[in-house]
Amino acid sequence: MNVTAELWQALVVCFAAIFTGNILLTTFLGMCSFLAVSREVKASVGLGLAVVFVMTFTTLLNWVAYWYVLVPLKLEFYRFILFIIIIATFVQFVEMVLERYSPVLYQNLGIFLPLITVNCAILGACLFMVIRSYTFLVTVGYGFGSGVGWMLAIVAMSGIRQKMSVARIPKGLQGPGITLILAGLMALAFLGFTGVLQGK
Amino acid sequence: MSAPTEREQALPKPRAARRKESPLRKAVLEGLWHNNPVFRQILGICSSLAVTNLVLNTLVMCAGLTWATALSCWTVSLLRNWTPHRIRMMVQTLIMAFYVILVDLALKAYWPEMSKNLGPYVGLIITNCIIMGRCEAFARVNPPGLSLIDGLFSGIGYSMILTLVAVIRELLGMGTILGFPVPYFSTGWDKWIILVMPPGAFFTLACLIWLFRSIQSDPEGKKP
Repeated sequence: MNVTAELWQALVVCFAAIFTGNILLTTFLGMCSFLAVSREVKASVGLGLAVVFVMTFTTLLNWVAYWYVLVPLKLEFYRFILFIIIIATFVQFVEMVLERYSPVLYQNLGIFLPLITVNCAILGACLFMVIRSYTFLVTVGYGFGSGVGWMLAIVAMSGIRQKMSVARIPKGLQGPGITLILAGLMALAFLGFTGVLQGK
Repeated sequence: MSAPTEREQALPKPRAARRKESPLRKAVLEGLWHNNPVFRQILGICSSLAVTNLVLNTLVMCAGLTWATALSCWTVSLLRNWTPHRIRMMVQTLIMAFYVILVDLALKAYWPEMSKNLGPYVGLIITNCIIMGRCEAFARVNPPGLSLIDGLFSGIGYSMILTLVAVIRELLGMGTILGFPVPYFSTGWDKWIILVMPPGAFFTLACLIWLFRSIQSDPEGKKP
């Protein structure tokens, strides 16, 4: 495949990851932090940005590690451990670099970084990219798109939840219950994008 | 030895004391009901909502998860005195990953089509917050046997709810259970296709959480 076609495919995959196959609303990944953090818009934006950043780079690193280390050695079944270690190391490294060189960014983003290590969306994206055997460029598009899609969902949700703080909700439904229903409605809205990419 | 007075019997104290006496029973009840991972703690729903559109997938996934939770808790508890405090998360993650890899390999070897159906979700058991939660909260400070029971019943409590979600989704969405058509639902029922699609999972789970929390808050009263 030549580079232009691959770039085009990367764009398509990126768009698909944001809208038609949103990692949160269609594959349910990253629900825990989604439910816990989506109370305020500001925190959601911070966490969302951190996820975009970490997801883009860890999918890349893991792509290289999988196709150039595990596959030649025929150790594919070690991928869970390897991916987890790479994600954890990367997050730790970013945290240290940020702390050293950009205290402002660290203040805003730093507290969310440890949370990300256990965010299933990151590991999920890495596993999906292996299963669908994306090429390198497409992986870039996929990682970035998934991160942006996740951020979009959590920011939208926190906006809705802030408005909802004055609404009267049945007791058993308060908190996670109503958030899940809202997520369901958002997933319905995102279903509307299905078919946009038909024929691709 | 004097018999307990009426007033002493009326106090709720003996019940609480008895519960404290048998940590085993407490661990079982906590996992299944009082502290159910799904509707009480809202943990670990991430990786599993996606497989609840078919009952069979859900059962396999839950079995894998229960096995991994129970044994990880047991191992973490065995190693609890030798694990350095600062790197305990990493150690726990590696222990979980070990058991999940066993599940993955077993599925690939003996049931390839199920392995394909579940896709990345088997691997995602590693980041399932239930395991980490139980290891951190319980197994780290309790003896191995008890931790095994705690992990096992947390897993079962979780499986219970997810299986319920799966039954509802498959029955109302496709009119079948485990692939077999159910008399009324496969013929006369107007199938709710939406339940098999992603939004259906959110709605079903939300309604179940609502239901269980409402039931639970009645007898417990003041429980937070």
